[in-house]
Amino acid sequence: MYVAVKGGERAIDAAHAWLAEERRGDRGIAALSVAQIRTQLTLAVNRVMAEGSLYDPDLAALAIKQARGDLIEAVFLIRAYRTTLPRFGASIPVDTARMAVIRRVSATFKDLPGGQILGPTFDYTHRLLDFALMAEGDAPLPQKEAPTTGDAPSAHIPHVMEFLNRDDLIETEAPIDATPPDLTREPMELPAARALRLQALARGDEGFVLSMAYSTQRGYGRTHAFVGELRIGMVAVQMHIPELGFAIDIGEVELTECETVNQFKGSKTVPPQFTRGYGLIFGQSERKAISMSLCDRALRWRELGEDNIGAPAQDEEFVLMHADNVQATGFLEHIKLPHYVDFQSELELIRRLRSEAIAAREAAE
Amino acid sequence: MTNSPEATDRAAWIGQLARAKPDRLRALFPTLPPYEVLRPAEIGTVMVQGRAGGTGAPFNLGEVTVTRCALRLTTGEVGHGHVQGRDKDHATRAAILDALLQTDQSSALRAAVLAPLAADETAHRAGRAAKAAATKVEFFTLVRGEDK
Amino acid sequence: MTPDALIGGFTDAPVQASHAFRAALNALSRPGQIETLRGATAPAPLSSAAATLAMTLFDVTTPVHLAGAHDIPALRDWITFHTGAPLVEPRAASFAIGTWAALQPISRFAIGLPDYPDRAATLIVEMPTLDAEGTRLTGPGIETEAFLYLPETAAFTANRTLFPLGFDCFFTAGTKVAGLPRSTFVEDI
Repeated sequence: MYVAVKGGERAIDAAHAWLAEERRGDRGIAALSVAQIRTQLTLAVNRVMAEGSLYDPDLAALAIKQARGDLIEAVFLIRAYRTTLPRFGASIPVDTARMAVIRRVSATFKDLPGGQILGPTFDYTHRLLDFALMAEGDAPLPQKEAPTTGDAPSAHIPHVMEFLNRDDLIETEAPIDATPPDLTREPMELPAARALRLQALARGDEGFVLSMAYSTQRGYGRTHAFVGELRIGMVAVQMHIPELGFAIDIGEVELTECETVNQFKGSKTVPPQFTRGYGLIFGQSERKAISMSLCDRALRWRELGEDNIGAPAQDEEFVLMHADNVQATGFLEHIKLPHYVDFQSELELIRRLRSEAIAAREAAE
Repeated sequence: MTNSPEATDRAAWIGQLARAKPDRLRALFPTLPPYEVLRPAEIGTVMVQGRAGGTGAPFNLGEVTVTRCALRLTTGEVGHGHVQGRDKDHATRAAILDALLQTDQSSALRAAVLAPLAADETAHRAGRAAKAAATKVEFFTLVRGEDK
Repeated sequence: MTPDALIGGFTDAPVQASHAFRAALNALSRPGQIETLRGATAPAPLSSAAATLAMTLFDVTTPVHLAGAHDIPALRDWITFHTGAPLVEPRAASFAIGTWAALQPISRFAIGLPDYPDRAATLIVEMPTLDAEGTRLTGPGIETEAFLYLPETAAFTANRTLFPLGFDCFFTAGTKVAGLPRSTFVEDI
């Protein structure tokens, strides 16, 4: 039960003033601009957009600044802001085959048509701290521009999965056009459709989704996943506008897409073939996209006729109900707020039980 | 669904205006003609949908901020602006240009506004694509054991 | 899209929608009390009050049914342009607009589910006039009794027996609105 408390207004004001001062930090050091955060802490901005479920790099950068770099607090700010905006509608589903890719790799096909493109990746770095970045001013750019001999990626880069599809070696995705459920508008109901699971995973906490995915790799609901294809790039967002009578581009968003190929021995209903897991995330976030694919695949046990071995990652309620870091932090952190009346009743209960126990022992002696 | 050539043409310029950087658009087309507001510029969101497996059933990925505006020129043409982000000036300018591109100023505006925007975009994309192409890699598998 | 579809929306949406929402809230929480709703103008036959309710309550996630004489291209386009609400058959509607006769049979509209009583339709019933006399209203939000002219009594008596399920109503005429939530008891006297 919640009981209102009052008082402390001046203390709260003073705490907020101090918070603002702490956020600004040492005034001898230049303040961070939102543009600096947006353009130099891009991956933090991407994470806040993905989990805040709102693509707007400026707002995400502002939220990071305001939250003093606490990304979950920043996600919370973005979610709160989002609720103040009217929803104009839904886009046409994005066509990731038409992505302007800056990165595209496959762990299963070395000679994939269109080529492997490493892009701006941390892979193959040595994870050694670069003290040059600590020096004042800009780090020097590489001496020479990298040679640009290769062919530029074409506008349409087919998914690798299409090549496996041709031989029926992998399940096909039926291109149906149902209106997907939206967990931001209707309370989640279980069992959830795959569309709802994908939405929950896409906006879920990266750490949680990563850990769930890792648990499947370690044996808790193993799905034998390979990254069939991972791609990052800009994709046009199109929307049908009723007053125009046709669809237009309203802008473009950067997305990371991951498709896993999973071994599948077949079940009572499905012949042996590869199965698929899918991840799609706002911004550059391949860790999250791969994690999402593994979780998606693990949660598909029912529709593929697999056994539920009781692994956490197969448990739809466990995964979907605990993936959201704003919900989680809200409930978790509320226990630090005043609960004086609740605790008073607990205290009285313990005192009574103790006195009864002591009285019973004395009576027995 | 196939659009008429006029609709395809108009969709192309609306998209070009939406993807433009707001500052660049303002520089290319600084002075706005008089107009009547039909729907004041407002900030909202559009739910971006993806497809399971890239090609399967749609799902809701997350929202994107969008600003939209509808207006009418004194000569009667109606313009619509739907632009990503929260820039009301961008949406208004895009809507005005959408309306003007339906008038006899069309060819002048195509040259003065749309062509530079398209050139910017092509250059930007080519730069990104060239950088990407430079990171293209050929992986080799090394033969082990006695295989020939 | 018909030319009239593009005009008649709010000019200052945050302020006008807030005032209208307050009036709609008052109307539903004080059944029978007549409130003023203005700010939006739609093609005939939609009243200004109903148009303002539409601007305030409808969006892309609230399917709307237009009944009878209200189901005309000019109005369909107006609702689509200004609110984005999808136009649907009665069964799927969150909101329905029409005269009482056009909305019949009323059993076509959603009354909610035991788990989700909120998934019921709200009917916006267009009336020639609104009069605070006629049928006697009692129940939540009414201190003693209130009176409102209703097109009939039996349908609302039957709706009350479904509580907590049932549809809710706004009655609109010109710039006036009155509310009749499913919790109100109605009786002829």
